[in-house]
Amino acid sequence: MSARASLVPGGSVFRRRRDGWLGLALVLPALIIFAGFTYYPFFKNFQMGLFKAAPFPNLPSHYVGTAQFTTMLGSADFLDSVKSTVIYALITVPLGVIGGLVMAVLAHQKLRGIRIFRTIFSSSVVSSAAVAAVVFQVILSPQTGYLQALGIHLPDITSSPTWGLPAMALVSAWQFVGLAFIILTAGLQSLPDEIMEASRVDGATAWTRLWRITFPLLSPTIFFCGVVGVIFSLQSFGQIDIMIGTSGATYTHTNVLIYAIYRLLHVSQNTGLAACYSIALFVITLLVTLIQFRLLERRVHYAH
Amino acid sequence: MSQVRFAAVSKIFGGTPALTDLSLDVADGELLVLLGPSGCGKTTALRLLAGLEEVSSGAIYIDDVDVTALEPKDRDIAMVFQSYALYPHMTVRKNVEFPLKNAKLPAAELAARVNEALATVSLTELADRKPGQLSGGQRQRVALARAIVRRPRVFLMDEPLSNLDATLRQQTRADIVALQRRLGVTTVYVTHDQVEAMTMGHRIAVMKGGVLQQVGKPLDLYNEPANAFVAGFLGSPGMNLVAGELRQGQIFIGDDLVGTSSVSDTRDVTVGIRAESLEISPTGFAATVLVAEELGADVHVVCETATHERVVVRQPQHATVPQSGQSVTIAPTGKVYVFDRHSGERIS
Repeated sequence: MSARASLVPGGSVFRRRRDGWLGLALVLPALIIFAGFTYYPFFKNFQMGLFKAAPFPNLPSHYVGTAQFTTMLGSADFLDSVKSTVIYALITVPLGVIGGLVMAVLAHQKLRGIRIFRTIFSSSVVSSAAVAAVVFQVILSPQTGYLQALGIHLPDITSSPTWGLPAMALVSAWQFVGLAFIILTAGLQSLPDEIMEASRVDGATAWTRLWRITFPLLSPTIFFCGVVGVIFSLQSFGQIDIMIGTSGATYTHTNVLIYAIYRLLHVSQNTGLAACYSIALFVITLLVTLIQFRLLERRVHYAH
Repeated sequence: MSQVRFAAVSKIFGGTPALTDLSLDVADGELLVLLGPSGCGKTTALRLLAGLEEVSSGAIYIDDVDVTALEPKDRDIAMVFQSYALYPHMTVRKNVEFPLKNAKLPAAELAARVNEALATVSLTELADRKPGQLSGGQRQRVALARAIVRRPRVFLMDEPLSNLDATLRQQTRADIVALQRRLGVTTVYVTHDQVEAMTMGHRIAVMKGGVLQQVGKPLDLYNEPANAFVAGFLGSPGMNLVAGELRQGQIFIGDDLVGTSSVSDTRDVTVGIRAESLEISPTGFAATVLVAEELGADVHVVCETATHERVVVRQPQHATVPQSGQSVTIAPTGKVYVFDRHSGERIS
């Protein structure tokens, strides 16, 4: 190509320019969609955070600069919400990843009918938040729940300040476990057979193989799963809205950031503060992901 | 050290036989090569011996102990895989000590044995590197060190040289032979490369379609092949196999007499003649030169007979090299083999 370019002076420049236009044309449809539905809302959100909503609808909001951010950072509501969000993620992610890992290892056996189990184990990924919420309502309800029927008496989780948040996190973990299972199963299946066979010949017990070979080799996938899990848990909304929001119960103990944003926007109609909260959620997600990359990646073994 | 015995071992994968009724003894300290083309069952036999596959029928013995139902770890074997199968997250040292850690060896003995194994394959300097930082040849040596460190009863090697370039392969081949002879460990070595088999094995077991064709010393197999397949597979080039006729003990290719047989029979046969037992001469059967491959020490003259069969004539370097397209006549100068046209079995 360079030889041809040197034979035709200017040809390479023309070609590069034409390729440039072609490239732009190819990415344009995606660019338009991203611009309309991602970039514009993203920057608009920042702008909204600078304006304070009027106390009554249909009145103009007015510019307050960064005052709302300062107020938010000093407010107990916000800090409680961050705390709930962190606890929520700390329950959801380890439960989901460990649950997914255990199921993936169990289902990674050459057994008759194992595909049925794989389908069952991965099924929660296709269940919507609404389905997950209803399933757990049926299980946990203090009046008509299955656990109640089995003689296990639970308090009303929707109004329990102690159990509300863990119960919501459990629902999220149940939903996430299917995705974790699929990701980790794919990771397990991509591990080289010969390495596993070598470890068998080298006298490793099943337990040693799991701890010293499988998990280290799977660590990039587990790490990826953790990152996805954190992002997933920080965005869990549906189950909280259905299980807590519709019950009319107090929501303060399950007021994770995403739910707080929703309430600020639709209940309080405080668009400015809701925008500040969503920026805070964005920053927290970004920071947590970066910290994960910095800290956990050191413990990840990449093959090459 | 140890003896290995396959007693009527068969393996069927989903209705397809991969190995049929293999009976084979490997003597103490012997390097036996399982040789054959892809799908011949050689790797299956090795994996059955390793315990990585379950036999469908038959039994495998190591030192007269039936190991057929034992787990790989309980067979006291070590295996070198085609891809080396090194643990990518462990350093060279950790890779080599892994089998010993599993065997729960005391720390001092473990360190001594690992150092010795690393020194044996000249890897002491690279002990703290990970496999990803090593060349193909170095990885191969790590795999060897991991095998020898256990001092197993049997070494199993599954095409360990196939990922190396030609020069390194030749060098490593000699290294493995020297190591095996020095350690005296019974070794079963799988390859599809007949040069490796000829140069490395005390004996060679040639396989085809899951069936053992012949087992014997390399030169015995070369000089006295049991059938046309073994004759054609061993040697570089393999034996020339041409359709011919046996007429009351006389061997004909077309209407040209090329030799006599100890069997005074009349029937269609396959005539086998080694390239070095042929010469281009004024008399013999007719052929057309396709190409002359000059290899340095000698020349392989590839010809086509009147019945469109390929025949290779090996000529010394100084002989006159015929041109492509030239018509020549070829005559045998040495042994002429006769095989049954249909079964391929050797007649004489």
